[in-house]
Amino acid sequence: MVAAMKRTLAEKVWDRHVVRRATGEPDLLYIDLHLIHEVTSPQAFEGLRLARRRVRRPDLTLATMDHNVPTTPATPVDDISLKQMEAMARNAREFGIRLYPMGTPEQGIVHVISPQLGLTEPGMTIVCGDSHTATHGAFGAIAFGIGTSEVEHVLATQTLWAGRPGTMAVTVEGALPRGVWAKDVILGIIARIGVSGGVGAVIEYRGSAIRGLSMEGRMTICNMSIEAGARAGMIAPDDVTFAYVEKRKHAPKGAEWERALDDWRALPTDAGAHHDREVRIDASKLRPYVSWGTNPAQTVTIDERVPDPDALEPALREAAGRALRYMDLTPGTPIRDIAVDAVFLGSCTNARIEDLRVAGDVVRGRRVRAGVRALVVPGSMLVKAQAEREGLDRLFRDAGFEWRDAGCSMCLGMNPDILGPGERCASTSNRNFEGRQGPGGRTHLVSPAVAAATAIAGHFALPEDLA
Amino acid sequence: MRAVQRVVGRALPLDRANVDTDQIIPAHWLKRIERTGYGAGLFEAWRRDPAFVMNDLRYAGASILIAGANFGSGSSREHAVWALDEAGFSAVIAPRLAEIFRANCLKSGLVPVELAADEVTKLLGLVHDDPRIEITIDVERRTVEAPGLRATFALDDHAHVRLLEGLDDIAVTLAHADEITAYEAQRAAWLPSLRD
Repeated sequence: MVAAMKRTLAEKVWDRHVVRRATGEPDLLYIDLHLIHEVTSPQAFEGLRLARRRVRRPDLTLATMDHNVPTTPATPVDDISLKQMEAMARNAREFGIRLYPMGTPEQGIVHVISPQLGLTEPGMTIVCGDSHTATHGAFGAIAFGIGTSEVEHVLATQTLWAGRPGTMAVTVEGALPRGVWAKDVILGIIARIGVSGGVGAVIEYRGSAIRGLSMEGRMTICNMSIEAGARAGMIAPDDVTFAYVEKRKHAPKGAEWERALDDWRALPTDAGAHHDREVRIDASKLRPYVSWGTNPAQTVTIDERVPDPDALEPALREAAGRALRYMDLTPGTPIRDIAVDAVFLGSCTNARIEDLRVAGDVVRGRRVRAGVRALVVPGSMLVKAQAEREGLDRLFRDAGFEWRDAGCSMCLGMNPDILGPGERCASTSNRNFEGRQGPGGRTHLVSPAVAAATAIAGHFALPEDLA
Repeated sequence: MRAVQRVVGRALPLDRANVDTDQIIPAHWLKRIERTGYGAGLFEAWRRDPAFVMNDLRYAGASILIAGANFGSGSSREHAVWALDEAGFSAVIAPRLAEIFRANCLKSGLVPVELAADEVTKLLGLVHDDPRIEITIDVERRTVEAPGLRATFALDDHAHVRLLEGLDDIAVTLAHADEITAYEAQRAAWLPSLRD
């Protein structure tokens, strides 16, 4: 008898979506869910119109507005952004696609709303014209970002041509120290494997520290897979996953739920299945992290100092030197001595309810340091409403934070929430590229706990550092 | 997509690794709903520095960009490819291109060329020494030639044919519509739908 082939989670999910496989071709992969937003879709819809094509499966397509929406009702929308939002509305209407536009209770960052609605489920393929689509891998789905031409291709065919990815395991074993959150785990992983550490692979995050995380923590981890150069990130579905999905709006119900559960329980990587690469990380060694440079691997723990480029390995020196000049940092400066002008609590990485609870606890009864501008931008209007039911908005407002509507906001500086040239920001977002949060702005990536403590202290700090 | 058989031209040497798409085209350019109008945004922030290589007139008119590893990392914005295209570039050479960026190149006919790191270093050196040298990228043969250098690059057959013939990807896929329909017929009933 031939032993059944042992497969990884990623291979199982990939293989069940192959519509066509032939020598000399990538696989033609079926897409279960296509998420759309206003910024990377207008040219795709225009392409469909020009070729007189329709959307093959509007029922598997969801649109929202998140990238350039203003996050205060009073903010005027510039004409070009308005035109883009109008185009999204017109395209959704013309092609019969469900849209949650600005002003609706379901609106929010695309990677926050889909799981909340129960549209993100184990074993699916999910794509979006956005590189942080890997977020949905937290459910055991294969989820990745695509460009606008591929958005058009998925709209027209519900499929994509894609080569079968390699597999990589990042195993995090042990208990996370107190004060170390999911964001620190992924920053620690990227600091270790580098911005090209995951190239060509779907990373499967596993081990006791990953299993111990909530779904929201797992989403934070998978979200930043692209920052390690990976095609996607995934976590095996388990009872934590099922409990999160059950009873959500689009989750299977009744007998369908039972059938789905049986299927999902067979998805985890088989014992003895082979990953092309494996990295093991001791959870007990992780600390809260702060990025110092202009890519997410240029990161150290909050207890360390700004590195000296000359002390780094030769291949990293030149980029480190350039990053320090851009960031206006001096080697040897303790991270805690770096003062900030702004704090941004938001983005598809860290703007879910648990993130707001952690940060809210830190700021309770305290005041944002004079001169620091602090923003909370919930990931979705549903997150915002829940936070308000819990009184978190009051905690933040009383501490001196601005309490905003949902959107991508200062993560990428497409709406009016931007840094001024030279301003320094502690940000819970995912990218510290030059100018990412506004031309000349300087971004340091941190967890919500560190962001909140930093807002109070005026320089990088842990909650326990606060008086 | 336009068909590309060969790219022949001078090169711009951008000797940096991890050039992300926020540098190639900053986010505020992404508010446009058209496929055109991005050329002036290419490397917008870096171009303000007079010492930036693109401001060196010896490289004016270059049609091939040579860069360090992991070029095009970060955001999935295809606008990065459109901006390069409009600024006159027909090919990008690097030790490795970020995956989404590379896929986007293949959709627009911007030729993505990945060479070994030492070959890229050598090319950068050649162009530094003499900005006027001509580089030939032969898509059909998958080769790069410059004075004193001949290298081959990988391009799978599927992408190769599409580039050479400038095929409409969607039309190619729709020829497999029966297979897609057959796949759809056996999808599990519990999978989520916006009709629910």
